[in-house]
Amino acid sequence: MNSAIDHFLADGPAQLLPARELMAFTLGSHILLVPFGVALPAITLLMHYRGLRKGDAVALLLARRWSAVMAVQFAIGIVTGTVLSFELGLLWPGMMGRWGDVFGLGFGVEAWAFFLEAILIAIYLYGWRRLKPWTHFWLGLPLPLAALMGAFGIVAANAWMNTPRGFSLDASGKPVDVDVRRAIFTPMFGPEYWHFVVGVVLTAGYVIAGVYAVGWLRGRRDRYHRLGFTVPFSVAAILTPVQFMLGDSIARSVFHKQPVKFAATEIVWKTDTHVPEYMFGRLHADGTISGGIKIPQLDSILAGFSPDTKVTGLSSVPASDRPTATQATIAHWAFDIMVTIGSLLVLLALWYGWCWLRRRDLPRSPWFFRCAAVAGGACLLTVECGWITTEVGRQPWIVYQNMRVAEAVTDTRAPTLWTMLGLVVVLYVLVFGAFLTVLLRMSRRWRLADEGAGTAAAPGDVEGDTPYGPRPLSTTGGKDGGGT
Amino acid sequence: MTEDAVAWVLLAVVTAYACAGGTDYGAGFWDLLAGGTRRGKRPRWLIDHAMEPVWETNNVWLIFVLVIMWTGFPVLFQTVFTAMWLPLALAAVGLVLRGAGFALRKPTQRLAGRRVYGAVFAVSSLLTPFFLGAAVGGLATGRVAPGTEASADAWSNGTSVIAGLLTVAATAFLGAVFLTADARRFDAADLVGYFRLRAWCSLAVLAVLACVGLVVTRDDARYVHDGLTSGIGLAFVLVAVVSALATAVLLYRAATGWARITAVASVALVVVAWGLAQRPYLIPTSLTVSEAAGATTTLRWLLLVTAIAVVLVGPPLVLLYRLDTAGALQPLTEADLRRTAAGREPESP
Repeated sequence: MNSAIDHFLADGPAQLLPARELMAFTLGSHILLVPFGVALPAITLLMHYRGLRKGDAVALLLARRWSAVMAVQFAIGIVTGTVLSFELGLLWPGMMGRWGDVFGLGFGVEAWAFFLEAILIAIYLYGWRRLKPWTHFWLGLPLPLAALMGAFGIVAANAWMNTPRGFSLDASGKPVDVDVRRAIFTPMFGPEYWHFVVGVVLTAGYVIAGVYAVGWLRGRRDRYHRLGFTVPFSVAAILTPVQFMLGDSIARSVFHKQPVKFAATEIVWKTDTHVPEYMFGRLHADGTISGGIKIPQLDSILAGFSPDTKVTGLSSVPASDRPTATQATIAHWAFDIMVTIGSLLVLLALWYGWCWLRRRDLPRSPWFFRCAAVAGGACLLTVECGWITTEVGRQPWIVYQNMRVAEAVTDTRAPTLWTMLGLVVVLYVLVFGAFLTVLLRMSRRWRLADEGAGTAAAPGDVEGDTPYGPRPLSTTGGKDGGGT
Repeated sequence: MTEDAVAWVLLAVVTAYACAGGTDYGAGFWDLLAGGTRRGKRPRWLIDHAMEPVWETNNVWLIFVLVIMWTGFPVLFQTVFTAMWLPLALAAVGLVLRGAGFALRKPTQRLAGRRVYGAVFAVSSLLTPFFLGAAVGGLATGRVAPGTEASADAWSNGTSVIAGLLTVAATAFLGAVFLTADARRFDAADLVGYFRLRAWCSLAVLAVLACVGLVVTRDDARYVHDGLTSGIGLAFVLVAVVSALATAVLLYRAATGWARITAVASVALVVVAWGLAQRPYLIPTSLTVSEAAGATTTLRWLLLVTAIAVVLVGPPLVLLYRLDTAGALQPLTEADLRRTAAGREPESP
């Protein structure tokens, strides 16, 4: 990591490293919430539908509880997302100033879609009590569509950074002749979009199912846990093999459209045919590779279905136009971790599918539930890895082959940015820590309430009855409304 | 012209944020001043209830402001975020604290936790609009031009400070008016008087600040000052003053529904007047709308996207506000999240 820092420092102005770290940290934190922002409403609606359709009180209870979680998660997602919009200006004014009108429209679509999502989610979250059950459900139904639309905008913008087009440069290097349609539907857009959408849905599915897998392992084998596990896990398990194919396809798109990034993720140094595949391993600045497992011919076969496929190497472009050896190693590891976890998840999904086909029941082995319990965390790790692969693999470009990260960075002095980074890290640790604590407390409260169902209030509620703020209106309205 | 149309859209969105976001910040402001746990219990109860369903929506307007800035006027975005680095960075930090504080306070049951989250929410409700206002005020002075580097002077001058304070006072005014209306809606008679008094006080403060502002901007932000004190700008300002006074009267007459409308109108008119005052500049007097405009094709698409969005987002937005004012939106209670919750019998579709 130290050599990475040296490289970064050598490459650009002093503020480049803190700006990069700040962006990486805030985006890396926000991205952990993205799967839930996009997919939690969809999975909740699925459960909600089941509850209404079959008159299933347990399913409705699960949907209501997921809504309560969604309310907190969505709020944290909004604020961490707004920070990213600010950072585009605070950290990368050069990129937005030069290219804003070329690729910004995707964000425009995203902003409106997100607005729609915020409205619909408010109606959905607060509509449980007073709206008619089916009206409530139908008002929530457009939510997943709005989320997909929002993802469309963001991914379009990122895909444009990877394969920019839809403009030409005038004599002074300014973009002119903007063609918005070409700028939104860039070559990387399709592969990135579907890989992203499927990835976030299955991540949300595994994380939610993981919560109930833990409960199951602890012996709470009731219908509540079975349902809470089965619905999200089935969604995720169906999508896992699909994602495996999509991941394979996006890797090949990268091979065709961003050969240097492909070389970095596969640590290919010299352009050649019969290129071996390295599992992990480390690339050195002189092009040698240490460690890792070498599989002859495989990289060429994966890229073009034949050992004769020619794979472009990193050394095909000048050192200043490609990721450094360390960056390539980072992208390579991120890629390999993602692929490894993805493959293991396919096995887990097959295990589940097999038991379901044979016995119409969940697998009996506790090992299945142990794996399912960690699958969510592993999925979040793959989300981070996928993002690291695409972003680090693009270095040193912020707009591939058109603008370097160093050209886009703010003039704000490095000490200011380091201070801000320190502040933001502390802030985010507190916010995410508090967020997790609140979720755990909610879950504990519900569990205690479930265990003592029928008896009056759980012990934790004693303090809750004399809150700093208000008690809810409706049921206890008389007590509060009277004033004390 | 396309770029003018986009500039109008930008102004409209800024106005919407000033009104919707402003009301929201104002509620936070009164949360801050509500006093100790015991004394502030009732006002905070109302603030929580009034804000909850709509605060996210109210704050999404800010994202549009940013998106329209960078897509429609990339140079403006670059200039503003370079020159106003610190206030905008602090505003971003404030937004995180505010949102997180508010969202985490509700599901927290321990008193100590609620206190911390509530304090964080309330303090950042004060700081965020101040920094945003200060940045806008700094732009009006002409201290910033494309290429200007970040400096404290750009946002810590007289006009900036006054603009920041005016923003805070305006949010407090809007918040108090809306909370008065909400107090009536929730049948909390004691709080009607409580927030009505605060609305009047904030209006008085607003008036004093506006007078100080007139003096300060005379030399410090001449272009905008002239625009606001003559011609169409002045007309808008005068109408805004009338509707602010009307708000005070309507509150006295307990016509809180109308008071909400006139309060929003007064703030919106001032924002629009300020926009008109700095025509044809986006940043007086160095960057005009046409100089800052991005590619024409993009601007046309941006208008198209906006038009589609109005069609798509408008009806749900109206529905949300209607449901909210009709009292149909209520948070889930602990009892709803219990297994013993009376399962409402689902109907057949």
